[in-house]
Amino acid sequence: MSQTIAIETRDLCKSFGDVKANDHISLSVPAGTVHGIVGENGAGKSTLLKMLFGFYHPDSGEVLVSGVSQSFTSPSDAMAVGIGMVHQHFMLVEPFTVLENIILGAEGSSKLDDAKGMARAKLLALEEQFGFNLPLDEPVETLSVGVRQRAEILKALYRGAETLILDEPTAVLTPQECVQLFELVSQLRDQGKTVLFVTHKLHEIMAITDNVTVIRAGKTVAERKTAETSSEELAELMVGAKVVRATARDANEATTARLALENVKATGDHGLMLKDINLQVLEGEVLGIAGVAGNGQTELLEIITGLRPVDVGKICFDGETISSPQEMTDPITLRRMGMAHVAEDRLKTGVVESMSARENAILGYQREQEFSRKGLLRLKAIAEKAAGYFESQDVRPRNPDLPIASFSGGNQQKLVIARELAQDPSLMVIGQPTRGVDIGAVTKIHDQITALRNAGKAILVVSADLDELLAISDRIAVMCEGEIVGTLNIEDATETKLGLMMAGNKGEAA
Amino acid sequence: MEFFTDLILLLDSTLRTATPLVLAGLAGLIAERSGIVDIGLEGKMLAAAFAAAAAAAVTGSPWAGLGAGIGASVALALLHGWVSIAQRGNQIVSGMAINIAVAGLAPTLANFWFRKGGQTPLLDDEARFSAITLPFADALADVPLLGGLYSELLSGHNLITYLTAAIVPLVAWMLYKTRFGLRLRAVGENPEAVDTAGISVTLLRYQAMIITGVLCGFAGTVLSTGLGGGFIRDMSAGKGYLALAAMIFGRWKPVPTLLACLLFGFVDALQGRLQGVDLPLIGEIPVQFTIMLPYVLTVVILAGFAGRMQAPKASGIPYEKDH
Repeated sequence: MSQTIAIETRDLCKSFGDVKANDHISLSVPAGTVHGIVGENGAGKSTLLKMLFGFYHPDSGEVLVSGVSQSFTSPSDAMAVGIGMVHQHFMLVEPFTVLENIILGAEGSSKLDDAKGMARAKLLALEEQFGFNLPLDEPVETLSVGVRQRAEILKALYRGAETLILDEPTAVLTPQECVQLFELVSQLRDQGKTVLFVTHKLHEIMAITDNVTVIRAGKTVAERKTAETSSEELAELMVGAKVVRATARDANEATTARLALENVKATGDHGLMLKDINLQVLEGEVLGIAGVAGNGQTELLEIITGLRPVDVGKICFDGETISSPQEMTDPITLRRMGMAHVAEDRLKTGVVESMSARENAILGYQREQEFSRKGLLRLKAIAEKAAGYFESQDVRPRNPDLPIASFSGGNQQKLVIARELAQDPSLMVIGQPTRGVDIGAVTKIHDQITALRNAGKAILVVSADLDELLAISDRIAVMCEGEIVGTLNIEDATETKLGLMMAGNKGEAA
Repeated sequence: MEFFTDLILLLDSTLRTATPLVLAGLAGLIAERSGIVDIGLEGKMLAAAFAAAAAAAVTGSPWAGLGAGIGASVALALLHGWVSIAQRGNQIVSGMAINIAVAGLAPTLANFWFRKGGQTPLLDDEARFSAITLPFADALADVPLLGGLYSELLSGHNLITYLTAAIVPLVAWMLYKTRFGLRLRAVGENPEAVDTAGISVTLLRYQAMIITGVLCGFAGTVLSTGLGGGFIRDMSAGKGYLALAAMIFGRWKPVPTLLACLLFGFVDALQGRLQGVDLPLIGEIPVQFTIMLPYVLTVVILAGFAGRMQAPKASGIPYEKDH
């Protein structure tokens, strides 16, 4: 393998508002290798890629291609120096044929027939070289996802890409298509191309890459030779290990299950996401769900809260079946039954951004007698309620008239939690309780969860933050690739054990 | 033989009324293929009709009229483009605003300049695109069947109608056989793909709006200086909306759009012929009902077929790079 460096970044930084998406990212990719970039969702991988491909301009730092410093202002600049990218969402025009998609922007002639003729000859040679066999004259919309992806790769090669960036390439593929992709990637490497393989799936990194860079919270935390690391080590590096906080907890001997999932299977937006889930949340306990983001946690929250149907199995809440393949209880009924839901993606499903904090304070409960009568809102009652939440949770600034979007993440979350607590739920389902929440508010939220637990309620918490789960849970179940790998009692749970399980190692299951 | 003559006259009148529809339909097609919904075809057409009639009245030249018509229409198209592309505004609101503004502004300006109650002065024949008699049309008029077809149906239209006959294949060629057409079709479907391919979405869409403006300019000019002899208030009479309907019925494709426009033109010509005619069995249809025909057809067609039509995917959605 040659020692020239295909792509190097030096202290790349990029911020969006107050958020440092990339914070001094440095990495170096030798030519002719497959280089993995791993990190959780939101770790800053996409931002990094967009800078490498000229979509974003870095705030500071440098990108070097074959040792030459570059300043990309658009993707065409990146393409001009031989960088090609296959985006997670394909950049294809669906009614166009494969051939038309490939030549778009690189037609070579203003007459389309001439352009197609020239391209066809060149493409056949490329197909020969790399072992493609694509239906050039079929409209893309008729092709499978795997074939579309190959069309994207061929498109990049046609434009003379020497380095290919593949962004989460397996996210949309079937297992068989993944195998074909891996073969193609090896083929590309054998022919001297450099591949940047970005994923959050560790077994793929182990299977296909030569080197790997781990990114966490916008920073490069490690660079390893794949042969000298393990998926366990990578999992720990991705998630991070910090000091465990302890919150006072009462003893809990209850055995009654508030929530029970029996043999549940469910389909996500890209195929089967939950494979045979069995889970119980008992009275007076916090069950934490750990796992590398994207392993089915979102779908788990959705099936419990009545947002996604199950394909197989059933879900019971206080002994009543709330979801089965035949019927699904809607969220309003679930709320009335005593299930509160703090949504994982706050801005998308937890609040309505453009509405005032006061309106958001009753969202989901606006039909209740307390807040409306005969279709008319009881504005005074609502205002009093909202004011009460602002006081009890110390939401700042103390102005319920402001749109919720103008509050910080922590203050939004405090309001949402107050709203859900106010109905005295017997089961609380919480996704990412402290994501985007400032440190001060984190402790308060954790204390409230513990208080709820001590009052005998059942709480299910999905979190990407292991420290958080270790601090507040009674038991932690670990998910990997749509399955519960195992469940640990808090006394037995350690970072290392959880890390192993998050990498899919069932040996540690308790 | 009388039926045949009637039919020829009906078709002749179809070609005439369809001319502005076809031009506006193609204008809408180019806009939507680039991803911009243009409900302002009506306003652009009306503005062009006024500008063309005014310029022709002042200069005495139909060519000056055409230039002014195209200029006015392109200016409005660029305004719509600026709102839609640069400001990422609501395209329907922008289009409606243009329609309403022009409907009020044109008669006001006409009144201010010409003091004829919101109209422009009646144009002389030299200041209009008047009927062109094709070679030998008179000589061949007496040849049975074909002679009538040639001299009555094909001969005797204005220059812009003949131009339109050439513009349809030109637009189709541009759309399907040129690099520009490929990019135009792509940007209306998936602007992100165009952007990542290193082509400017903004530039492409502005180019499309200019073409839309030029075509609407022709459409408006033919209204006031070809078919009519001057500008009168609201003379576009909903033709911009009809053209939009025809374009949808024509599935955003040039030739089917042409056919849809001819259908609308035919129905419009038919309603003109039916006025005051005593039909067997039914008797005379009140004029209010016959005038409704093209619009009823629009509703029926759009209700019956439009649901199944696949519009360009990105049509009407402002392109935002970062999200």
